Amino acid sequence: MDLNYSPEETAFRDEVRGWLDHNLPADLRDKVLEYRELSKDDLVRWHKILAAKGWVAPDWPVEWGGTGWNVVQRYIFEEECGYAGTPPLVAFGLRMCAPVLFRFGTDAQKQRFLPAIYSGEEVWCQGYSEPGSGSDLASLKTRAIRQNGHFVVTGQKIWTTLAHYADWIFCLVRTDPSTDKRQDGISFLLIDMKTPGITVRPIHLMDGGHEVNEVFFDDVRVPAENLVHEEGKGWTVAKYLLGYERMGTGRIGVSKRELLRVKQVAAQARKDGRPLLEDPRFRDRLSRVEVELMALEITNLRFLDQLRRGGKPPGAEVSLLKIKGTEIQQALTELMMQAAGPFAQAFRPIDADPAFDRFTAALAPRYCNLRKTTIYAGSNEIQRNIISKLTLGL
Amino acid sequence: MNFELNEEQTLLAETIRRFVATHYSFDARAKIIASPSGHSGDVWAAMAEMGLLGLPFAEAHGGFSGATVDVMLVMEAIGEGLLVEPYLATVGLGGRFVARAGTPAQQDRVLPALIQGKHTLAFAHTEAGARYDLRQVGLRARRAGDGWVLDGDKRMVLHGSSADTLVVSARTAGGETEAAGISLFLVPRAAAGVSVKDVRTLDNLRAADVRFTGVRVGADALLGGEGDGYPVLEEVVDYATALLCAEAVGAIRYANDATLEYLKTRRQFGVPIGSFQALQHRMVDLMISYEQARSMTYLVCVKIDTADAAERRRVVSAAKIKVADACRHVSQESVQLHGGMGMTEELKISHTFRRLTMLAQTFGDAEHHLERFAAADR
Repeated sequence: MDLNYSPEETAFRDEVRGWLDHNLPADLRDKVLEYRELSKDDLVRWHKILAAKGWVAPDWPVEWGGTGWNVVQRYIFEEECGYAGTPPLVAFGLRMCAPVLFRFGTDAQKQRFLPAIYSGEEVWCQGYSEPGSGSDLASLKTRAIRQNGHFVVTGQKIWTTLAHYADWIFCLVRTDPSTDKRQDGISFLLIDMKTPGITVRPIHLMDGGHEVNEVFFDDVRVPAENLVHEEGKGWTVAKYLLGYERMGTGRIGVSKRELLRVKQVAAQARKDGRPLLEDPRFRDRLSRVEVELMALEITNLRFLDQLRRGGKPPGAEVSLLKIKGTEIQQALTELMMQAAGPFAQAFRPIDADPAFDRFTAALAPRYCNLRKTTIYAGSNEIQRNIISKLTLGL
Repeated sequence: MNFELNEEQTLLAETIRRFVATHYSFDARAKIIASPSGHSGDVWAAMAEMGLLGLPFAEAHGGFSGATVDVMLVMEAIGEGLLVEPYLATVGLGGRFVARAGTPAQQDRVLPALIQGKHTLAFAHTEAGARYDLRQVGLRARRAGDGWVLDGDKRMVLHGSSADTLVVSARTAGGETEAAGISLFLVPRAAAGVSVKDVRTLDNLRAADVRFTGVRVGADALLGGEGDGYPVLEEVVDYATALLCAEAVGAIRYANDATLEYLKTRRQFGVPIGSFQALQHRMVDLMISYEQARSMTYLVCVKIDTADAAERRRVVSAAKIKVADACRHVSQESVQLHGGMGMTEELKISHTFRRLTMLAQTFGDAEHHLERFAAADR
């Protein structure tokens, strides 16, 4: 057992860190570190920089542009990106649609879609949740009827992250409403967002931002060749995807960065003339989160080490990382707001005041925004159901 | 980065688990606890025979120069089986002191006999009012002729009444809470002036209040340098804390296995109670506590030998915070999920509860280590 990085792993870390130092545009980094909303242009710009370097899709097969890194190298890369403050990569194409196509897609589908995902030419979103189907995903109702080489899709998706940026959406739709098991009537379709009959409507969230949407489908004609896997086998595809969806949700690198920033803010803030960081009550709360994060990092590496040795796809253990990782992210936003104290209540200047403290003003919205993390990608209660069933056998 | 146990470690873990399973059943343990000494000579001899007592010590003394991870595996099995043998006191504390600070003559005197199972040790340190502050030492040692005379009281000395030799912290200079001026001594428990009052701890281990009244020892009893015993004292307690984390992980594993089994077999309203989501989610949280405590235990056992004392303190305290929290969480929930049965003397789960409650406190509770963790960051 050796928990230190090998010289090769350390050299790799230095290489990544050095490259990020020179290639992460300062304006993008500042936006991320000030918790500002990122435009499509921002996201795609960073995607293309990474694509040009060949680092945008590390876990893809090498022949499709993967880097051939092992799991530890991939972890190091993600952690360094988190530290540095890179914009996030939109996961729907790279880490969700792509693994599905590698596993279930036809050669034609791979050729058509993968290069544009890699290059960043086409941005994807995910059409899973519906107004009546959240955690109970298999109850979904969006209907797809096969007609003359097409599927005609009618229905509604909701909580569709970045649908307003997306060029394509992968959707779970019901192709057969008559099956005994409702999972059996579901299919997996790839749909061009420019197709007539699609309407995207924003959902405004309490932090003032716009990330998620409602997407309406009104007799949307989708070519039959955009069906992935067999008709009625969409649930198999969805289950395969779930492990990948949760894979990146631990966000350990980002949390390590934010922990350092909480310390910086709390070292500046004063309480009774002393740094807030030295206040035992505040410090204990902070330390407990720090220890949770240390434990999560080692747990994550343990699981990665098992994956590396066992070669299995991610299983229920990923749910643990999701639960803990998101709890830590939320706790850090709360601590950050606590450290800023009453000033964190400022939200937006009424007049365009250049001296307005954007960072402090972003803390409360960020606290609000990150409530999403324990809800999305399968709520943390659903993750507990998964562990209970798959790992504990209850 | 590699979490794999090597072949010898895997074998060691299997051997000790098998030994505990066959020779340390719950009934056998009950008899050992009820015996006058409170531990088993046969088990101790078998542990010596298996080489477990010599794991961390140098080959020159008959040991195996093993890694801390090797000892961690033993401690996990000890935790799982709720062993009451003086392994931590002898190997993790007393033996470690001698190995780290002893002269060649002291090492020759103690370690080979320890490794052969013929010599046990205990660490006499805690005093009234000190809580977990390692610096607070009021017991005095003053020079007398060639040697020393010790006067003072020690409390809650784990396995103190059965140990052959006590490692005693004593003040040879400085104020009562100063790090400087603490010296360490090897004192035979049978020395004139040593009186021992044995107590049973909550979890059926033995601990002793020890009074030293004009206890005379020779110059060769001084372990390490005069007045500068504190760094080694802190280092050895950190080492023992890391091992204790491993013991806790073993006990937590047992508690979780037993609780999960109970959820699957206990039926109410015509179904196993494990079919209730309110209980399923709590069981998942217990599993997560276990995995997180295990991760921190790996981390601390791998990092414990670092030369960077600040880093060592930080990692040890972080591990103890996480493990102490997990001890409380798992012990309390495992009794709750077992219902009334969890309260009974006849179920091992109540004994695990008591052990975990003690482990959460030993060498400092979570609050103590939160303070130390924050101090290590500055």
